[in-house]
Amino acid sequence: MTLIIGYGNPGRGDDGLGPELARRLQAQALPGVTVISDFQLKVEHSVDVAGADRTVFLDAAIDTPAPFEFHEIAAAAHIDISSHRVSPETVVALAKQHFGTVGPVYVMAIRGVAFEVFSEDLSAEAAENLSAAEPFLVDWLGRTATSERPLSQNL
Amino acid sequence: MSEPRIIEISPITRVEGHGKVTIHLDGDGHVDEARLHIVEFRGFERFIRGRLLWEVPVIVQRLCGICPVSHHLAAAKAMDMIVGVDTLPSTAEKMRRLMHYGQVMQSHVLHFFHLASPDLLFGFSAPAARRNIFEVLKENPELGRRAIMMRKFGQDIIEATAGKKIHGTGAIPGGINRNLPIDVRDTLLADIDDMAQWAQDALAIARDYTLDNIEQVRSFAAFPSSYLSIVRNGDGAMDLYHGNLRAQDANGAKIFDQLGCSRYHEVLVEDVRSWSYMKFPYIRDIGPQRGWYRVGPLARMHTADFIGTPRAEAARQELMSIADDVAHHAVLANHWARMIEVIHCVEKIEELLLDPDLQSIDLVAKGERRQEGIGVIEAPRGNLIHHYEVDENDQVTYCNLIVATTHNNEGLSRAVKDVAVQSLSDQSQITEGMLNHIEVAIRAYDPCLSCATHSLGQMPLKVELLDADGQVIAAKTKDA
Repeated sequence: MTLIIGYGNPGRGDDGLGPELARRLQAQALPGVTVISDFQLKVEHSVDVAGADRTVFLDAAIDTPAPFEFHEIAAAAHIDISSHRVSPETVVALAKQHFGTVGPVYVMAIRGVAFEVFSEDLSAEAAENLSAAEPFLVDWLGRTATSERPLSQNL
Repeated sequence: MSEPRIIEISPITRVEGHGKVTIHLDGDGHVDEARLHIVEFRGFERFIRGRLLWEVPVIVQRLCGICPVSHHLAAAKAMDMIVGVDTLPSTAEKMRRLMHYGQVMQSHVLHFFHLASPDLLFGFSAPAARRNIFEVLKENPELGRRAIMMRKFGQDIIEATAGKKIHGTGAIPGGINRNLPIDVRDTLLADIDDMAQWAQDALAIARDYTLDNIEQVRSFAAFPSSYLSIVRNGDGAMDLYHGNLRAQDANGAKIFDQLGCSRYHEVLVEDVRSWSYMKFPYIRDIGPQRGWYRVGPLARMHTADFIGTPRAEAARQELMSIADDVAHHAVLANHWARMIEVIHCVEKIEELLLDPDLQSIDLVAKGERRQEGIGVIEAPRGNLIHHYEVDENDQVTYCNLIVATTHNNEGLSRAVKDVAVQSLSDQSQITEGMLNHIEVAIRAYDPCLSCATHSLGQMPLKVELLDADGQVIAAKTKDA
């Protein structure tokens, strides 16, 4: 099973990129794909990651090249903590530490530009980047469904 | 004699929301005054006006990322009254109860393992870098794994009943908008035995901590107070979802009992102080000086005549059998009480999951429209009151919310001063460990200071020493 975790706050403009892409993938009902959407990553997501063959985190990013980055990640060597977020690397580390083997884990970081707004709408630039990210991910999910391989791509 | 000083702790860490503490030292270095300030303005009572009644249970839960279900259900109960429904369909009430027990369970587990356990396992004065959940996970992986799984189980219950783990939409005026599919029920039941065992093990940790550190527990921010909660109509059992108001003094004498929740404003008054956005409620007949009271898990152990599930009741009886000054007044005994409630929640969850009413399709009732509704529930942190009035267009015209942390405001302030006197009087240097003692006392109440934010770990901590003119004479900062 491939697990998709889209996270971010849909009420804060482009921060909703992850949940929006998750919503679109959910609507497609892709075979073998389970989709989760949440406001933020939590410690408990480590249970979900541990139960998946592979995982893709979908997030918005302000410091990534447009339209998106897609790369494999590893467990964090040092578990970092801040007040309001847990990183994908931390979730993977917790999954390995407490629940054993974890399949390959990837992050798709979609570039956004407008985060300091109270709006459920994406900016035009973010919407364009999302339009590029969605077909790439759907294609990748289909191509790699049976032959797993590490991947790093920066478009 | 030197100049008077003010010590400020801002923000307070490992609690929900943002607040700060100021401690005033006199010229001899004695603590003169200590205050807990709530520095965020909530404003929900104001901006909910004009919204349609059916929107309210969905909107108000945005107050909090930890206990949104409590606000969701309290608001829904108030809206039940407005739409004229005094008795919900059995399926609706049981689905709401299931949602609530899942919520209380996950919130208590979050507090005990994620927020409080670093203090209990590593010590109040342990290095700040160790006092977080991730150090607990590294030190005791099995304990950490159980904490993760228990909280996830509670969140899964919420998702099954409310539609989402955070900010769901299950409860609607007059009922519920879904029942529980059998496959979801069976998935949840598959884990119930583990949950029951792990809850029992967590109880043992809290109990043993209390008994192993009995002198510290006895002297740490411990003082008598009145207690308030709802209890079950008739027999006075603990009921987290529905009941009547009961308040009793420090000796157990009833101040009022089995009072209908819609009469709360007859017995409670909210006082205002200039230095905090949080009000100070008190019992009207006793007055503002002596009428303050506390709510929450330990309060419920006292106000309830019994708990209606066997394992939780046995645990409650053991807690109540230890020395009176601990069971009645020790704020750290809240951790023990909290784990008793987790056991109760697991017992009730199992009972409800096995109830075929949850698969019924009788979900919503209707009644004769009213203009006013009051919903009261026992949230994880204590009693929660929602009060609304709506006009003929179904728009809210009045809203008043009294959240658990507001009920506990005076107790929190007294705890801060108590520990400040113990830890800081006559000290020329501030250490981070001394300041954490004050935060431990606050944390024991599991306060939700703004009912809006969720702190998993450390936040920046800034402490300043100021002279009587407000000039900074020393500062200490801890980075996130």
